[in-house]
Amino acid sequence: MEIPENVKKRLSIPAEEHFYAGHTACQGCGASLGLRYVLKAYGKKTIFAIPACCSTIIAGPWPYSALNANLFHTAFETTGAVIGGIEAALKAKGYKVKGEDGIMVVGWAGDGGTADIGLQALSGFLERGHDAVYIMYDNEAYMNTGIQRSSSTPYGAWTTNTPGGKMHFLEKRNKKKVIDIVIAHDIPYAATASVAYPEDFIRKLKKAQKIPGPSFIQLFAPCPTGWRSPTDKSIELARLAVQTAYFPLFEYENGKYKINMPSTKKEPKPIEEFLKLQGRFKYMTKEDVEILQQWVLHEWEKLKKLAEVFG
Amino acid sequence: MEYKPIRKVVSGNYAAAYAAKHARVEVVAAYPITPQTSIIEKIAEFIANGEVENLQYVPVESEHSAMAACIGASAAGARAFTATSAQGLALMHEMLHWASGARLPIVMVDVNRAMAPPWSVWDDQTDSLAQRDTGWMQFYAENNQEVYDGVLMAFKVAETVNLPAMVVESAFILSHTYDIVEMIPQELVDEFLPPRKPLYTLTDFDNPIAVGALGGPNDYYEFRYKIEKAMDEARKVIKEVGKEFGEMFGRDYSQMIELYRTDDADFVFMGMGSLMGTVKQAVDVLREEGYKVGAAKVRWFRPFPKDELYELAKNVEGIAVLDRNFSFGQEGILFNEAKGVLYNTDAHPIMKNYIVGLGGRDFTVNDVKKIAENMKAIIEKGELDVEVDWYHLKR
Repeated sequence: MEIPENVKKRLSIPAEEHFYAGHTACQGCGASLGLRYVLKAYGKKTIFAIPACCSTIIAGPWPYSALNANLFHTAFETTGAVIGGIEAALKAKGYKVKGEDGIMVVGWAGDGGTADIGLQALSGFLERGHDAVYIMYDNEAYMNTGIQRSSSTPYGAWTTNTPGGKMHFLEKRNKKKVIDIVIAHDIPYAATASVAYPEDFIRKLKKAQKIPGPSFIQLFAPCPTGWRSPTDKSIELARLAVQTAYFPLFEYENGKYKINMPSTKKEPKPIEEFLKLQGRFKYMTKEDVEILQQWVLHEWEKLKKLAEVFG
Repeated sequence: MEYKPIRKVVSGNYAAAYAAKHARVEVVAAYPITPQTSIIEKIAEFIANGEVENLQYVPVESEHSAMAACIGASAAGARAFTATSAQGLALMHEMLHWASGARLPIVMVDVNRAMAPPWSVWDDQTDSLAQRDTGWMQFYAENNQEVYDGVLMAFKVAETVNLPAMVVESAFILSHTYDIVEMIPQELVDEFLPPRKPLYTLTDFDNPIAVGALGGPNDYYEFRYKIEKAMDEARKVIKEVGKEFGEMFGRDYSQMIELYRTDDADFVFMGMGSLMGTVKQAVDVLREEGYKVGAAKVRWFRPFPKDELYELAKNVEGIAVLDRNFSFGQEGILFNEAKGVLYNTDAHPIMKNYIVGLGGRDFTVNDVKKIAENMKAIIEKGELDVEVDWYHLKR
């Protein structure tokens, strides 16, 4: 695509597309947008490993692929191990891995495949220090199997196996802080990102590319199907998740925490603003909302303290 | 270059490790499990001593990840190797399908060990035979020499037909028992087994591929058929590779079933792995005592040597199938397979299944002699006493 010169100057995101039209994502899918940004950031010299998740379907069935990059579809729990093996092979064969001119090995997995069944392989990948990037796109449930709760599902959420009902059988546990578990591995770089802030996400991807060793990015990716939200509200929701401090943007780099909020001085918006656009939270009682609000603020305070002390 | 073997006294596990080294494996991803551990320890030692080049060692956190990492490595074009045993192999099960389905020529050594409970670390073939339907080729080694030779041949066969292969050795009986192994100088191994040339890899960025994508009902069936075609092709390749190995190094493996003194035999003992060493020794003793017996050692269980079994079965009155394994609710697994092969043929010798040596129970020349007496009586009478005989059972 030819871009007029005056426009080019204002583009902060690579114009090149390596994620093809014709993929099979739902309307308003945050994950597919995230994948598109990853491909923009890393280009075609990338090897993806994608486990069982929506992206298996989004990339397309044999003999198709929506990715202009090499892709290995793998078993649900193996993303960390497979990218470790790919990286090892590249090194054995003398390829340059990571860095600006190296091959990027990318694990791209959902929250179920990362926080639950894939946690062990993720841990192994992180502690062994492979030169690869693991991106967990977080849509807060098993969306590909039809919206079942994962350990990344937030308190009070409706899913098909936390349906509410007269017994109020909603998700009762707080969202698992996967990023904290990742950071506990003492890796060089970990960050959160959101599809509502693509410049920030791409900057983080580029950073992960340059820093040797394993990197981890937890990408907030709304799912209109599973969240029971309008398909044109995905970006707004992803933005509200950040503005309410429900999903704060931050980086962890060599022991230092840095919060990357668009407006750091503002107090977080009330959590209701994030909740009210989504059908999955409509069964929450006032008390439920308060419980979730308290958790969000508590975690936010913790993060601010971390940034203050280890900034 | 003239072949002068290098003789080393090594355990079965070290034979496996040396073979992996001589095969110039590029990625080893492994997790420790008794009695496999000394294979991966030895490979680590090779690296520590600077004896290998370009070998990436990935000490994974589970066997499941060991196979997953090998799969990633193999898909990226590397020659990948791992080793496991029993529970570890069972944990890998899901990924074994992934390796064959993605048509990756990974080679793995499985040290045959009984499945728990009760906990057991001793020899038993049920672990590997339970992987029968995963699309992996399986070679059963009788001794340490065959472990070494088997790994080298397995790579060559696997990389020719694009299917993974398992080389199987007995827990402790081979894995930890030292014996003379004739090793091949590196230059000649290189000649026999040149670097891998994959058809597709994840490193061609101008022609990107997607491996393992969704296959709908219109395609899946054909993918399965192609695996079977590759298995069938492997029968031919195995014989060719085995013959080539024999011509180069003097040990011929062109037969998928090794026949020992079967030419004029009335009946034969058939089995797999280390127990066949005992059987061959017993055959010699029995021959001196006037028994016309032989041994048929099934080297490759997958692909199954159907034609060779038929040729053998045509010319004998009975086959005593010795199974160091069991499929509950049915019978010994080799027995089950062998009977199935012969049903639609004109070869119908009396076949009896002896379940022996489960969980490392000793199996001796004397046991073979007792089985011979029993087989002889059955053949003379013309009918079976029992079809499946739990030979060692404390009654």
